[in-house]
Amino acid sequence: MINQYETVFIATPVLSEAQMKEAVDKFRKLITEHGELVHEEDWGLRKLAYPIQKKTTGFYHLFEFRAEGQFVNKLETEYRRDERIIRFLTFKMDKHAIAYSEKKRKMKNESNAKEE
Amino acid sequence: MAQNNGEIRYLTPLAVEVKKKKYCRFLKNRIKYVDYKDPQFLKRFLNEQGKILPRRITGTSLKYQRKVAQAVKRARHLALLPYVTDLLK
Repeated sequence: MINQYETVFIATPVLSEAQMKEAVDKFRKLITEHGELVHEEDWGLRKLAYPIQKKTTGFYHLFEFRAEGQFVNKLETEYRRDERIIRFLTFKMDKHAIAYSEKKRKMKNESNAKEE
Repeated sequence: MAQNNGEIRYLTPLAVEVKKKKYCRFLKNRIKYVDYKDPQFLKRFLNEQGKILPRRITGTSLKYQRKVAQAVKRARHLALLPYVTDLLK
């Protein structure tokens, strides 16, 4: 059964830009192999509300994708295996969540269109 | 004197707080989904220590209170909101 999921993960700030991109590419490739990537967002370096593993900042990255159910376990074991990722959250989107994210994306495109 | 025992006398008249009609903001502006990714919106449902406010204070309906609580817990997991803090506002 194909569902729509949204996953956010935090990478350690000690990574250089290249390592961070490499980590993101690894997960993007994994997702595109097993499902269809709908949307991607990079929040960059952000301050954490409380220290995780003694670090107070982290690279946030968000993927929104459509995939089979079993794929999520595989994705999460991949997260656990990778020591650069200090925290992750995967969330199955219901119809309200999907409508909400589409509306937000539409608004963002319109605002970009207006800026150009 | 007997009559006074029953009745408590106040020096200043008790300020009866006018009952503001509480309403559920989700039903009023027809919000259907509580996004766990924007902490600004969720902060309205937390008190200074970062604890989730009860329904009797915020007036939200049960269905949306559960969604808010779920979203706040997810935001806390992702360190967008603190579990406990002293001054949040």
